[in-house]
Amino acid sequence: MKQLLCIVFTFGLWVALTWTPGVADVFVGVVVALLVATLLSHIYPDNPHKALDPRRVFWFLVYIPYFLFYCVRANLDVAYRVLHPDVPIRPGIVKVRTKLESEMAKTFLANSITLTPGTLTVDIDGSDLYIHWINVVGEGVEEHSALIVRRFEKLLRRIFE
Amino acid sequence: MNETAAQIIIGVGLAFDLFGCIGLVRLPDVYNRVQAATKCVTLGTCFILLGTAVYGMSAAMGIKAMLCAVFILLTSPVAAHAIARGAYKSGVRLWEGSVVDLYGEEKHPSRPPDERTEPAQAGETLGAGRESG
Repeated sequence: MKQLLCIVFTFGLWVALTWTPGVADVFVGVVVALLVATLLSHIYPDNPHKALDPRRVFWFLVYIPYFLFYCVRANLDVAYRVLHPDVPIRPGIVKVRTKLESEMAKTFLANSITLTPGTLTVDIDGSDLYIHWINVVGEGVEEHSALIVRRFEKLLRRIFE
Repeated sequence: MNETAAQIIIGVGLAFDLFGCIGLVRLPDVYNRVQAATKCVTLGTCFILLGTAVYGMSAAMGIKAMLCAVFILLTSPVAAHAIARGAYKSGVRLWEGSVVDLYGEEKHPSRPPDERTEPAQAGETLGAGRESG
């Protein structure tokens, strides 16, 4: 079942990448999809039926513009720090704690943190994330978690858990 | 009309890429540089791809450009995370102006604190960046 899904997904991706596909493209696509499914289907998520839940899809669609907004803000923030003559940074590695449990949600959280204002995930250990922060504000795990993690956590929980 | 819009979008993307590169030169240590490189270059490249999609105005080009943007958005934070983690594990130090290093305190307690940050010395990157900037 998982392998079948992997084949369909990989093949769809291949067709999209070779658009508009000819006979040769489709043939190669089938071979590649079979190969990928054989080698890598074990890393696919265990319960893909979750992706069909309309509520999860809805929150995911909400998440995209929300994330893009923070992503653009992050870029303006970094651009400001880089272009300022004094390079106003106050870097450090802080620890934050997340309440998310599934691996997928944590992956998305870590990636979102990396792409948003001044923060970069250095390591994940269970529910602890070590974050390199370009401009450390506040003190203590609780305050840092509130500043960095909370803005994504609620949406991600609705999407993945 | 499309061409103008595409050129503006690509221009914005190039500007962000440029900021990322300036950050790479001016910021003081690996971790800060990875931040600038990931954020600015990710968004900049996505803008360039979006501009390409608008410019081409064909399904063939648009689909490919958007898929590339999705791949970059998914893979570049993973790469940045791998670089930062790898750098820390192999002993690359934080800039001496760093205010806190909980990762070192909790995960690498055997490494003495003065070996976690760079010693202050003349001719550091930030100083050099300041002079030229």
